[in-house]
Amino acid sequence: MSGQTLYDKLWSQHLVKDRGDGTALIYIDRHLLHEVTSPQAFAGLRLAKRQPWRLDANLATPDHNVPTTVKERAEGNAGIKDPISLIQVQTLDDNCDEFGIEEFRINDLRQGIVHVVGPEQGATLPGMTVVCGDSHTATHGAFASIAHGIGTSEVEHVLATQCLLAQKMGNMQVRVEGKLGRGVTAKDVVLAIIGRIGTAGGTGYAIEFAGSAIRDLSMEGRMTVCNMAIEAGARVGLIAVDDTTINYLKGRPFAPAGELWEAAVADWRELVSDDDATFDKVVTLDAAEIEPQVSWGTSPEMVTGVSGAVPDPDAQTDDTLQRGYSRALEYMGLKPNQKITDIRLDKVFIGSCTNSRIEDLREAAEVARGKKVATSVALAMVVPGSGLVKRQAEAEGLDQIFTQAGFEWREPGCSMCLAMNADKLGAGEHCASTSNRNFEGRQGYGGRTHLVSPAMAAAAAIAGHFVDVRTLDTTTAHQEA
Amino acid sequence: MKKFERLDGLVAPLDRANVDTDLIIPKQFLKSIKRTGFGVNLFDELRYLDEGQPDQDVSNRPLNTDFILNQPRYQGASVLLARRNFGCGSSREHAPWALEDFGFRAVIAPSFADIFYNNAFKNGILLIKLSEEQVDRLFAEVEASPGYCLSIDLEAQQVVTPSGEALSFDVDEFRKHCLLEGLDDIGITLQSEDAIREFEARHRAARPWLFRDVTEA
Ligand code: SF4
Repeated sequence: MSGQTLYDKLWSQHLVKDRGDGTALIYIDRHLLHEVTSPQAFAGLRLAKRQPWRLDANLATPDHNVPTTVKERAEGNAGIKDPISLIQVQTLDDNCDEFGIEEFRINDLRQGIVHVVGPEQGATLPGMTVVCGDSHTATHGAFASIAHGIGTSEVEHVLATQCLLAQKMGNMQVRVEGKLGRGVTAKDVVLAIIGRIGTAGGTGYAIEFAGSAIRDLSMEGRMTVCNMAIEAGARVGLIAVDDTTINYLKGRPFAPAGELWEAAVADWRELVSDDDATFDKVVTLDAAEIEPQVSWGTSPEMVTGVSGAVPDPDAQTDDTLQRGYSRALEYMGLKPNQKITDIRLDKVFIGSCTNSRIEDLREAAEVARGKKVATSVALAMVVPGSGLVKRQAEAEGLDQIFTQAGFEWREPGCSMCLAMNADKLGAGEHCASTSNRNFEGRQGYGGRTHLVSPAMAAAAAIAGHFVDVRTLDTTTAHQEA
Repeated sequence: MKKFERLDGLVAPLDRANVDTDLIIPKQFLKSIKRTGFGVNLFDELRYLDEGQPDQDVSNRPLNTDFILNQPRYQGASVLLARRNFGCGSSREHAPWALEDFGFRAVIAPSFADIFYNNAFKNGILLIKLSEEQVDRLFAEVEASPGYCLSIDLEAQQVVTPSGEALSFDVDEFRKHCLLEGLDDIGITLQSEDAIREFEARHRAARPWLFRDVTEA
């Protein structure tokens, strides 16, 4: 018998019951909640007179609707000007109170984007199953956990039963081998992967990211990669445990300590795919060939290297692709064969659960240091992923670098990643964004999103159009081991 | 959940691949804390010419008359025909809530995104995967004949076209059973309460650090 993949091992460790009809009951260790996808689930519990199965498995924080300006945030929930958003945040607070769930509220230092908060607290541990009513839950797979997004009915199901009815996914491995070039980051790696396999390339699979270039990434870089597994169609992205994982977790508030820590580490060391494990699908990329990426269209697979150009729809042989490309170019206001570096930007957004951690901010600050945002850029904003990231950045003086360069320095939240709060693009505006989705209207009605790394976003803010960060002499490689 | 047995429904063709959940229901409508009332904002950005706001009266909004759901011939449609990777993007269950609230009970496409697939079935919407060729052919037939209806039989796992041609589709046993009976998952899972408790006790003994009452003690 061949060996087990990491995903196989995690699956069998959580299998409560195989139902014999293609579905299984899977036990859930950690359930993260935010204000958007939970209210109807709590209402359902109340209606059925059910109680949460296990309170300590749950952790909540508001992130999507919270305002990010200092002035509004100073007022707490009252600073949320949109009455409907306010009700939603208030409802999360009330539900957590009523049911006894721990919540980091709006101005708690630990509040932030749920996928930044979980790992930062050590609430995401290797060997866990982690779910949240949010598709970017895949982020937590960087810690060798099965982590994926669920719908609101499933949020209610997990609250009530601590389990999910699930189907085992296929095993897919994406290997990135070799060394990344200078100025090429985890974000570029994952965009290049999506460009290669497409937004449905991982549908039905759990993708394990492997290879020397993945192992060389920091935990934060690994989270960036797993975060976007869902953009490749895979609900689950995961990476094996190694010293990087263990060093990151040591001393985090929710992580075990003392003897329990030692026992946990010994267990976590097993969380790797066996050498003789077989995968249903394997894709390999050469790290050295990956250049800084920029998306030009309205799907994350519509992406190319910064030295490239917008494709010509007429050159596509597939009919559906051809129409998709034409529609995307029309929406994006771009011409076939236009050079990526000729795309001018109106706004720049550095933030989101993909790229709002301290290393992301350091990377962007290094490019922005001593420079000025181009006058043609109407707004360049930096939104840290959590209150703790913000405090750390301020301790390092990054906020000063950003504000002196003309960036706005904001309070933590999802912000313009999906524009549920006041931060949004106007119709027709082009934005260099470190977020994860460039769908039509995602960052504001008619807005045009280009997905890039933090360094590329900062460089674009300064130049007013895309530039290859590798040509700037301020940048250095950011792949700390 | 509503039962799904048979459906004879008018088909609306949405000729587009990778229809994402932001397109199905834009984020401003996710602020609602209810699970009903999303139908008027289904495909909001395609359906109206202005930007929609939650709780707005839609009756005076300018319609995009080119959009299929605004065309008289597709009024009352309950089957949506679409291209590959339908429902990609976010986990918002508001997407199937909006489809259901609008009146769709089935979606036919060559493939669906995973999270959406789960969410749809939990809300009584049947998702039917047919081959690219079959979907191509249905698009041609729907566009060529106004009033085009499909007859869907979940028990028999068949879609029957007006000419009497039967197309078979796969659906897993469990989802089919839930849909036919209109069963709620939580109730089904709680029938295994003892198994969950036993598992939990073993899990806690093997990996106590996964339980916060242990790590904090
Ligand atoms: S930052 Fe963006 S992608 Fe991440 S959870 Fe928030 S809205 Fe979703």
